[in-house]
Amino acid sequence: MPRHKEFVDRIAHAPNRRGFLRTLAAAAATLGGRRLSAGVPVPVPLNVKTQGKSRVVIARDAGLRGSGSSVDSGRLVKLLDRAMQSFCGCDSPLEAWTRLVRPGEVVGLKVNCLAGRGASTSVQLVELISERLQQAGIKDIVIWDRLNSDLESAGFRLGSKQRGIRYIGNDSAGYEEQLSIYGSAGSLVSKTLTRTCDAVINLPVLKDHGIAGVTLALKNAFGAIHNPNKYHLSVGDPYIADVNMLPPIRQKTRLTICDGTTAQYEGGPSYMPQWSWPFNGLLVAQDPVALDFVGWKLIEDERARRGMKSLEALGRKPSYIATAADARHRLGSNDPSLIERMEV
Amino acid sequence: MGKDWVQYEDGRNACCDSLPRMASAELSAVKPGVLPGGLAGLSLSRRKFLEAAALPCLASCAFAPAARGAGFPASPPAAEKDSRFIVEAKFYEKLPYRKIKCKLCPRECVIDDRERGYCGVRENRGGKYYSLVHSRVCTAHVDPIEKKPLFHFRPGTLAFSVATAGCNVNCKMCQNWEISQVRPEQVPSNYLPPRDLAALARQYDCVSIAYTYSEPVIFYEYVQDGAEAGRANGVRNVIITGGYIQQEPLKEWCKAVDAIKVDLKAFSEKFYKEVVNGELKPVLETLVTIREQGTWTEIVYLVIPTLNDGDQEFRALAKWVKSNLGPDVPVHFTRFHPEYLLTNLPPTPIESLERAKGIADAEGLHYVYIGNVPGHPAESTYCPRCRRVIIERLGYIIKQTHMKKGRCGYCQQVIPGVWA
Repeated sequence: MPRHKEFVDRIAHAPNRRGFLRTLAAAAATLGGRRLSAGVPVPVPLNVKTQGKSRVVIARDAGLRGSGSSVDSGRLVKLLDRAMQSFCGCDSPLEAWTRLVRPGEVVGLKVNCLAGRGASTSVQLVELISERLQQAGIKDIVIWDRLNSDLESAGFRLGSKQRGIRYIGNDSAGYEEQLSIYGSAGSLVSKTLTRTCDAVINLPVLKDHGIAGVTLALKNAFGAIHNPNKYHLSVGDPYIADVNMLPPIRQKTRLTICDGTTAQYEGGPSYMPQWSWPFNGLLVAQDPVALDFVGWKLIEDERARRGMKSLEALGRKPSYIATAADARHRLGSNDPSLIERMEV
Repeated sequence: MGKDWVQYEDGRNACCDSLPRMASAELSAVKPGVLPGGLAGLSLSRRKFLEAAALPCLASCAFAPAARGAGFPASPPAAEKDSRFIVEAKFYEKLPYRKIKCKLCPRECVIDDRERGYCGVRENRGGKYYSLVHSRVCTAHVDPIEKKPLFHFRPGTLAFSVATAGCNVNCKMCQNWEISQVRPEQVPSNYLPPRDLAALARQYDCVSIAYTYSEPVIFYEYVQDGAEAGRANGVRNVIITGGYIQQEPLKEWCKAVDAIKVDLKAFSEKFYKEVVNGELKPVLETLVTIREQGTWTEIVYLVIPTLNDGDQEFRALAKWVKSNLGPDVPVHFTRFHPEYLLTNLPPTPIESLERAKGIADAEGLHYVYIGNVPGHPAESTYCPRCRRVIIERLGYIIKQTHMKKGRCGYCQQVIPGVWA
């Protein structure tokens, strides 16, 4: 997406001259303040041939845990590779990853850590993705979320010295000083996103959410802003869609890999082992709306299988997914006929 | 008193109390201080600053870290992790699976373990609910009481004004969003326990402590403890609030403090839903309860062009105030200035404010003021019987007073308020 698009979008929502000047100043500060890497800091089209549909890959491995309860790393990397190759239509995992990122870029991995161990993005998966990114020539990987303490409680070792990998909570990086505004959302965006990362891979968890219905690709953007507590009204609708319209979030997110190794169909976002199930899978998509739509249905299916009421019956149907697809947002598609659901 | 008290020139919305901005001369004079808990200093008027600079222990100004342009910290101060800020919340209900329901404001957030409520300053930790902002003061200033505004409460006195981060609504016109719409970790704060708060108020010759700027409801426990310490030290306490609070905690407030100013942000549920992210009905209930409890109250109504400035709305408001609170509750119609998420609207025309006042006067309210318009005659207090000026104001300055023992100095009419 051309860089000027960000300006166009901001200006479209800047109501007066003062706001316009602020926007320009903020944009200049952002550009001037960031490290411009050797690579091209613009989103890379993956050129996935899907005949106009949004591809969502669901990769599963029934034997992911072997005979025990913990995930086998060897099988997880194969699952990841299969998911990525299927999504990109490539013969090798390296080819898939090199379509996604370019050497010299700083790549952020936006994990979801609020729930601590058990219902956060798995450390195993993040390590494997980091390994593949490094093989694709990425020398600077930033694993980030809202708080350092959240990263730690999910099992990430902030003090560990791993070459080319950094852990940054927004509480240590800080937020931009100027508000980003779209619709009902007015937020300060994490500097990790605006100034450090050239590209972001979104790594949510496949799980239920007590207010928003589900928390998947779109909801995970709340970890990039300073005031997510203000956007949990009305099942997060339209707030979640609006937050995803904020230019840094929309433009820098290249791919979503939803961690479904362990999923949760009730009681989220906190970890509730009694409502978790070993889905043993990953969801991969570029279209966050399509991924959320598919992920939501998977959770509903599991609820139905266990004789539980649907999210809609409980008053928490994730209507923000449809809002994200509407004419005002166009963040993706929630129309099943426009989603290529690929199970591998 | 110099014009530097007149903060109106900032053009900021006075629906809730605005954070003063400091002159660069004051900022450059900042030196490390010895105030309690590492308090960096206070924002004072130029005159007060110079007076105070003569004192050996003065720490000067600049305890306003969230002032414009300050940005948001990359690293929280060490004090952020201080357990002294954390106290168990007074009003909540435990639910199954380590969830809790907050019972402080009408929103009644149901909060999962490790999550916070809408206000961003109360957190569920393992099924217990905690305030993270007790004594966690992110801004403190010495203000004239007229700036709150409270016009019938010890006119011409100073209020030691404090706030923590957070708010239980999200008004699109918020003038203090840099502290009200953030979490406590996102603004530098200092530890100011109740006893030191009361001592500072006395040190700065403040008649009262004002809990203001953000939303005192969300730092409820600190208000209660601060008020108790204030009273023990002969300092009064006033609250500047949006009034979005449940009845039980409100009644405790009424016992603990001397005045509560309520920002009635509009007289329609639609406005409250769309602009405030709150509800009107509980705020009206708050006003009734405050009156029933006998606590002094005044109302501010920020008039915003096209959103809450219709004749019908003004009239409905005035009728409601008269019939539910009585004609003696002061109502301040104040001027809006574009802020935060409402930068697309112009400042309120003076005529709109005068129209509002005209309607309220005609409905029989006795004390209707116009605010945020320095020099306007409706800043002053008029005796409802003889119609003469009994308190003449210019901005925050009291120019003349013609009152004796709570009565009009001309006709002896009783003027309601807290005068001594």
